[in-house]
Amino acid sequence: MGALISCQDVWKIYRLGDVEVQALRGVSLDIQRGEFLAVMGASGSGKTTLMNILGCLDQPTRGQYWLDGRDITQARPDDLAEIRNRDIGFVFQNFGLIPRTSALENAQLPLFYRGLPLREQRERATAALARVGLTGREHHYPAQLSGGQQQRVAIARALVAAPALLLADEPTGNLDTQSSREIMDVLERLNREDALTIVLVTHEAEIAAYAGRQIVIADGRILSDRLKRS
Amino acid sequence: MPAFLLVTVMTAFRVLARNRLRAGLTMLGIVIGVGAVIAMVGIGEGAKAAVRRQIASMGTNIIVILPGSTTVGGVHGGQGAAVTLTVSDALELKKKVPLLTDTAWAKRDAMQFVHGNKNWNGAVNGISPSYLTIRDWSYTSGGPITQADLESAANVALVGQTVVDNLYEPGEEPVGTIIRIKNMPFRVVGVLAPKGQSAQGSDQDDIIFVPFTTAERKLFGSKFLGSVGALFASTERPDELPEAVEAIREVLRVRHRIQPDQPDDFTIRTQVDIGQVREGMSQTLTVMLFAIASISLLVGGIGIMNILLVSVTERTREIGVRMAVGAKRRHILAQFLIEAMTLSLVGGLLGIVFGIVGAQAMTVLAGWPTIVSPQSILVAFLFSVAVGLFFGLYPANKASRLNPIDALRYE
Repeated sequence: MGALISCQDVWKIYRLGDVEVQALRGVSLDIQRGEFLAVMGASGSGKTTLMNILGCLDQPTRGQYWLDGRDITQARPDDLAEIRNRDIGFVFQNFGLIPRTSALENAQLPLFYRGLPLREQRERATAALARVGLTGREHHYPAQLSGGQQQRVAIARALVAAPALLLADEPTGNLDTQSSREIMDVLERLNREDALTIVLVTHEAEIAAYAGRQIVIADGRILSDRLKRS
Repeated sequence: MPAFLLVTVMTAFRVLARNRLRAGLTMLGIVIGVGAVIAMVGIGEGAKAAVRRQIASMGTNIIVILPGSTTVGGVHGGQGAAVTLTVSDALELKKKVPLLTDTAWAKRDAMQFVHGNKNWNGAVNGISPSYLTIRDWSYTSGGPITQADLESAANVALVGQTVVDNLYEPGEEPVGTIIRIKNMPFRVVGVLAPKGQSAQGSDQDDIIFVPFTTAERKLFGSKFLGSVGALFASTERPDELPEAVEAIREVLRVRHRIQPDQPDDFTIRTQVDIGQVREGMSQTLTVMLFAIASISLLVGGIGIMNILLVSVTERTREIGVRMAVGAKRRHILAQFLIEAMTLSLVGGLLGIVFGIVGAQAMTVLAGWPTIVSPQSILVAFLFSVAVGLFFGLYPANKASRLNPIDALRYE
C-alpha cells in the first residue's frame, strides 16, 4: 500500500487580470495513512490553497495529486464531489453547520448526498455524535450549542462517511482556550484510536504541537518538514 | 432518491416557515392570480350553466317573434306602435311553414290581482293554449287553459308559485278558488310548476296566465283585437331552426307587404341567439380574467425569483459547505428549484382556497351563480408548479454554479 496522499511538484497559479499569482510553487508531499500532520504558515503562504487541493475542492494548475492511488488531476467536478463525499471529511474554522437544523441532521449531511436510506443515515450519524461525546444532544440546534459543541458536531459530520482523510482548517480559530483543548483532544483521540489520517492547518504553534508531523509553508513552498520528537 | 426529495421538501418548508412574512408577501402575486382564475372561471361557468338552464326551462327549439325592428345594440324599438304582429299571422305561419310543430301568441301587461284580503301586483299574460306546450310549462295541481277557454274568452287563470305564495295561505289549494284581476272574478284552474330565475334574473314564477281572448277584450282594453305582444314557434330539432327562421321571415314579409328594400317590421330570435350573446359576454370576461391572472402570475413569479436570489446569497456559505461534503451541481439545483416550487405551490393552494371562497361570496352577496370546476383547479395547480419551476430556474442555476472555495469564504 502506497501513501494515502502523494503530491508531486504541485503548482497552483491564479490569473487576476494581468497579474499572475503563484499560490503554490512546486509542492511535493507524501502523507501516510494514520499520520497526524500540521501545516503551518502565515496568511498568504499558500497553506489554504494546499488544503483546498488536498481536499479536492480545487485542482493543481501543474503537477500531480494522487489520493488513495487515484489521480485527481483527471477528475471532473462531479467526480471531485463524490471523492469529497466518500473519502474526505472537512472541519472549518466557522464550524459550517446549517442553522435551524438539528445536530443529527447536520451530521447526516454527507450520507444524505450519498443517497443512503434515512434510517441508516440517522443511525450512523448518532454513532458519529457518540464518538465525539455528544450523545443526548442529537436534536439540539446549533444556536443551542456552545462553540466547542458545534465544532464537535462538525467533526462528527466529517467522520460519518468513514473517510480516509480528515482536513481541519483552523478548527480552533473561533474557540476559547478550553474548547480548543477539547477539540484537539478529540482529534488526537480519533487519530490514535481509529488511525484516522488528519491534516490540520493552523498558524498557532500550540495547536500544531498536537500533531506528530509539522510542515511549514511560506511563499508557496515547503520550508520545513519535521517529525515531532516524542 | 426518495429520501433526498423528502428531506429537501421538508427543508424547503422549514425555510418558508423561518420567515413567514417574507414568504407570504412573495406568494401574494400567485395567490391573487390563481384566486382570480378560480373565482372568475367559477362565475363564467355559473353564467353559462344559468343560460343553459334558462334555455332548457324555456323549451328548446323555440323561435320568438317580436313586433318592431331591433336597433343597434339589440334594443327593441316601437312595440305597440303599430299593429305589426297578429293572431292570424300565427295561424298562417303554422299553415305555411311545415317545419314548425306549433305556433303560439301572447300579450302581457302589469296589473293588480286580489284574493280574499291579499293582493299582489304582477304581470298578467294573455296566451294561446299552445303557448303552454311550446314554453314547456307543467302543473303542480289543476290543468291547462284549453282551446274552449280561448274560444269562449273564459275567465280562467293559471297562477305561478310566487303569486300563490303571496295570495294564499300555506297549504291552501288555489285550484277552484276565485281571484279578482282588475276587479273581475277569475277561476283558478291550475298552479304552474316553478321555473325559478331566468338568465336575466327575473322571477319566472311571478306570473298569471289567462286566455288571450279574455285578456285583450276584458283586461287590456286593446283597440286592435288580434294584435299580439309576441309570437312563438317551435321546431322538432335545433338544427331546423335556421331554416324555419328564414321561412317565417318570408311569410311575414309577404303578409305585412314589406318591400324588398325595406327592413323587417319584426324581430326573430332563437334561444341560440340569446345563448350566444350571453356566451359572448362570458368569453369577454374570460379573456379579461386571463389577462389579470397572467399579470399576477408574472408578478408572483418575479417575486419568487427575487426572493430566491436573496436566499441564495444569504446561504452562500451553506451552499459551500454542502458542496464540500459532496453535493453535486444537480443536488444544489434541485434543492433550490424545490424551494421555489414549494413557494409557488403553497401560494397556488392558498389561491385555490381563496378563489373558491371568493366564488361562493359572489353567489351569496351578488346572487351570481358560480360553479367551480375541478379542471380549473387542476390547471391552476399545474400553473403554480410551472411558475415556480420557471422562475426558480435562474436562482437555482446560479446557486449550483457557485465555486465551493469562494462560497466557503463568503462573509
